Amino acid sequence: MNPFKYEKAASLSGAITAVQRPGGVYLGGGTNLIDLWKYGITHPDKMVDLNGLNELKSITELPDGGVRLGALVSNNTTAYHPLILERYPLLSRTILAGATAQIRNSATNGGNLLQRTRCYYFYDPDSPCNKRNPGSGCPAINGHNRLHAILGHSDSCIATFPSDMCVALAALEARVRVSGPDGERTIEFTDFHRLPGDKPELDNNLGQHELITAIDLPANGFADNYSYLKLRDRNSYAFALVSVATGLSIQDGLIREARIALGGVAHIPWRLTAAEAELRGKEPTEANFATAADIILAGASGFEHNSFKIELARRAIIRNGMMALDPASQRPGAQPSL
Amino acid sequence: MKKQNSIGQPYRRIEGALKVTGRAKYAAEYQVEDLLYGYVVNSKITKGRIESIDESATRAVDGVVEVFHHDNRSSLPRFDLLYSDMDAPPGSPFRPLYDNKIQFAGQPVAFVVAETFEAARYAASLLTVHYAEEEFDVDLKANMDKARDPSKGLATFIKPLPPGPRGDFEKAYAAADERFEGKFHHGSQHHNPMEMFATTTVYEGDGKLTIYDKTQGTSNSQIYVSNLFGLSMSDVRVIAPFVGGGFGSGLRPQYQLVFSVMAALELKRNVRVSMDRRQMFTFGHRPETFQHTRFGATKDGTLTAINHEAFAETSNFEDYNEVVVNHANMLYPADNVTLDYKLIPLDRFTPMDMRAPGGSTGMLAIETTMDQLADQLDLDPLEFRLRNYAERDVSSDKPFSSKELKECYRQGAERFGWNERQPTAKKVRRGNRLVGHGMSSGIWDVIALPGKATATFTAEGKLIVESAVTDNGQGTYTVMTQIAADQLGLPLESVSFKYGDSKHPLSPIQGGSYTTGVIGSAVKAACLKLKDKLFHLAQIMDGYPLGDALPEDTIFTDGAIILKKDPSVRIPLTDIIAFNRGEAVSVSKSNVPNLLKIKQYTRAAHAATFVEVEVDEQLGVINVTRAVTAVAAGKIMNPKTARSQILGGMVWGISMALREETLLDNNLGKYVNTDLGEYHIPVHADVHQLDVIFVPEEDRIINELGAKGIGEIGVISMAPAIVNAVYNATGKLVKVFPIKLGDLL
Ligand SMILES: Cc1cc2nc3c(=O)[nH]c(=O)nc-3n(C[C@H](O)[C@H](O)[C@H](O)COP(=O)(O)OP(=O)(O)OC[C@H]3O[C@@H](n4cnc5c(N)ncnc54)[C@H](O)[C@@H]3O)c2cc1C
Ligand code: SF4
Repeated sequence: MNPFKYEKAASLSGAITAVQRPGGVYLGGGTNLIDLWKYGITHPDKMVDLNGLNELKSITELPDGGVRLGALVSNNTTAYHPLILERYPLLSRTILAGATAQIRNSATNGGNLLQRTRCYYFYDPDSPCNKRNPGSGCPAINGHNRLHAILGHSDSCIATFPSDMCVALAALEARVRVSGPDGERTIEFTDFHRLPGDKPELDNNLGQHELITAIDLPANGFADNYSYLKLRDRNSYAFALVSVATGLSIQDGLIREARIALGGVAHIPWRLTAAEAELRGKEPTEANFATAADIILAGASGFEHNSFKIELARRAIIRNGMMALDPASQRPGAQPSL
Repeated sequence: MKKQNSIGQPYRRIEGALKVTGRAKYAAEYQVEDLLYGYVVNSKITKGRIESIDESATRAVDGVVEVFHHDNRSSLPRFDLLYSDMDAPPGSPFRPLYDNKIQFAGQPVAFVVAETFEAARYAASLLTVHYAEEEFDVDLKANMDKARDPSKGLATFIKPLPPGPRGDFEKAYAAADERFEGKFHHGSQHHNPMEMFATTTVYEGDGKLTIYDKTQGTSNSQIYVSNLFGLSMSDVRVIAPFVGGGFGSGLRPQYQLVFSVMAALELKRNVRVSMDRRQMFTFGHRPETFQHTRFGATKDGTLTAINHEAFAETSNFEDYNEVVVNHANMLYPADNVTLDYKLIPLDRFTPMDMRAPGGSTGMLAIETTMDQLADQLDLDPLEFRLRNYAERDVSSDKPFSSKELKECYRQGAERFGWNERQPTAKKVRRGNRLVGHGMSSGIWDVIALPGKATATFTAEGKLIVESAVTDNGQGTYTVMTQIAADQLGLPLESVSFKYGDSKHPLSPIQGGSYTTGVIGSAVKAACLKLKDKLFHLAQIMDGYPLGDALPEDTIFTDGAIILKKDPSVRIPLTDIIAFNRGEAVSVSKSNVPNLLKIKQYTRAAHAATFVEVEVDEQLGVINVTRAVTAVAAGKIMNPKTARSQILGGMVWGISMALREETLLDNNLGKYVNTDLGEYHIPVHADVHQLDVIFVPEEDRIINELGAKGIGEIGVISMAPAIVNAVYNATGKLVKVFPIKLGDLL
């Protein structure tokens, strides 16, 4: 009997109005929010349920050849949607690599972008944690940090952003459409999440009370040559220690365009365009992917329990590049490497 | 005239349909009127004192009935003895809410009782406890210098300390042609059965209680509650027909039981207290353990020297012990042996038995050490074990009561295709993956205890057999029914086994793989006594139908007594009851093992496991692609439920080798991955082809049934076989478990 107000929003503007009070939150699938609440990490006192907003529940084609994913479409519906399977199979793969069927049925696309880190200490209200309780310290730095970052971490927080889906969205250069008290805007995916710096309490650049309405995918889904490789502590139902989403456009045996994004290694889905530029015009070989990997990981540094991720990420980038040449390896049930 | 036996037949679990359709009720699921709900508040600190508790916000919540803590709890006894339970190790058992002292992280410090669960939980979150923190020490590695011998007690009687040295280890080790020295480590592990701990106490009035408890021993909980609250045993009834997994966690009463009863007595109401998943990490667990092995062998592969030492955590208030180092010399008859088992007390809760306690820990070190030596000797690991096969247990200088391990090796190896194993690493590849084969022996001591059962034959032609024993899911209910049915020659439908209730004859806790042997033997003994009584009644029935036949001249089958030499003489058992003026015939019988006889033997179940792994050469991802376990455990009562036990054990072995560990933060003094998202146990995608063989084994020493028990043996050989297979694939030996992604890069 945790006292709170509940309101099922009937319109987008209604939702935005309703949430504007201290402790107001949006509810998507609830798969992360409710856990955080039960553990006492978050203490909302008003819940604005978005599940009645039918306008956010469809997947539609855009005039520029892209596709718009409604924020309230479930992760599974998205992954199995014919448009996505056909044109954005990389996105489908990343979604299906996450969580469990039950969770994906409930989880929404908007919520996926906003899920919080899986740092153990963050989930324990009795432990210090700069992200949960700014200024209290970061026990992960000298504690258990296997799940933690090797890139872009700061002295105040070394947490990772855990989403699989977002790794593909970063690679695909999606855009996030949001609506808020000050109107609508579009955020480039790479600008959506942020590094911890000295404000680890902020995971992303979404404004207060802003609501994600949709995610726009550009026309190129890299449907011919793509691969997602997720390395984790068990074969299912575990977050990525390192994951790589790779999309390649290949012409005459040469890479015309490459996208490589990493999950499980930073506070954001990690993408380095310099490494991708390096691959342009090159043959898709292990050696060339290794060069790209070295560029991506040049600044990486680890901690007691996660330094192995640097070498693992390097090998995963190479392997996944090669796997992208063989899309058959991405068929459900195929066991390309694992 | 031959009678049909149900023993040895693959019967389905009798309660299977209830379980898979959700009709089987667990401790927190009983519908009880006017129920109050308790929610526990756990300590935020690891060590220190509670200075004060501010209850005002908690009490202000609508629906809150009472807040219990050390300052206002009902009176509890002071003497350790009264807190003792059937699985209590030597020491001073934890006393929930006894005083303001905090001894471990997550210690329960209060509980809130309210009209709804939600109100209790919310109100509990508002309780402010002020602590005075003290310095704590939970770090096992940093405290190795504090290692000491375990105290002795009942626990060390059942789980014996290592035998003394034999021969001269140091000399033999120095003289050995090949030596291997290994240092091993695994962290704590928490049982995490699917059903979380819960107790629903029904206040019956007149100080009488009916308690639905999650436990592996209804009698254990009954005695504990009676002692703690000064109640007569007859006023306390504990019921637990279904247990949603225990794995040892239910061998000791947990704090929710104390709180549920305390509140029920105090408030004179029905009270349920249940734990959540995080609280499942606040009590017993498999102890973190360091191990050190040094084995030496001659060129021809004879093991000459064994040294095995273990250093395990315990709490600062009890000395939990388990059998970690005793098995190497039982399996392999070296003559120069030193074994040592030490404890290191820390500011953690007392560890407790977790499936295959000790054995699975020790064998992980022993069997990987064996493989390393075999490798150095250029011997096939199976051949090395065969060369060192113990026909007699030299460690205690006793014969085995039975031992079909050789046959386990043979049948297991054949089914697996062991002869295809390549001796050197990186020889077999599938794409990017290296393929490796590994094996291991397994051993689990058979424990003998007294047991008791009653047996009644009713006018309706039903046989009712009773024991307070639980069924944690192994199939006890089904197997006991089979044993009873066979004794009286009845179909299973005519037998009703009543169990999981302390009103039935007292039973030891259900652990150590001894339930079938102990309670099964008691059931058999009770049924024999009942047969005897029925026979004697039949003898004096009108017309003396049995003439001067002796019991051995008759057979109980199809619900009747039949004369062997003239099957037309058939006396339905119901006729005997009718002759008894319609009164049911009832007997009670205790079965006490003949210690004098059985103590002359080493008694153990054995197993051999063969495993194939695939290891991605670049990425280090490990998959156990197939495994065969061959088990020799005496008479297999029900191959179907037995197979499930071994399969579950094998999955557990995958977990031990590759998945499971509770991460302890030494700086904060607590475990950090306390949910099933981050406490990794295998998922379906981790489990591939598993195969089980039961090797026939006859044992006339062990107990009435010749059954050794199979609850733990399936776990033991699996993990080392995986570690050995990974070595065979990659040439890398990992000695810190579980082996994790990244360890093979
Ligand atoms: C056991 C478990 C395992 C998991 N494993 C994985 C995994 O392997 N890989 C992976 O990627 N993910 C995994 N997840 C995470 C899962 O993908 C996320 O929980 C899910 O995507 C969140 O979506 P939701 O709709 O349920 O969000 P909610 O829980 O409803 O919300 C999350 C946050 O987003 C806010 N929010 C929701 N919708 C909107 C919106 N439209 N606009 C603005 N704010 C909004 C909420 O206020 C809240 O703060 C796992 C989760 C669990 C519980
Ligand atoms: S890594 Fe970040 S989230 Fe984890 S404890 Fe440190 S500050 Fe908190």
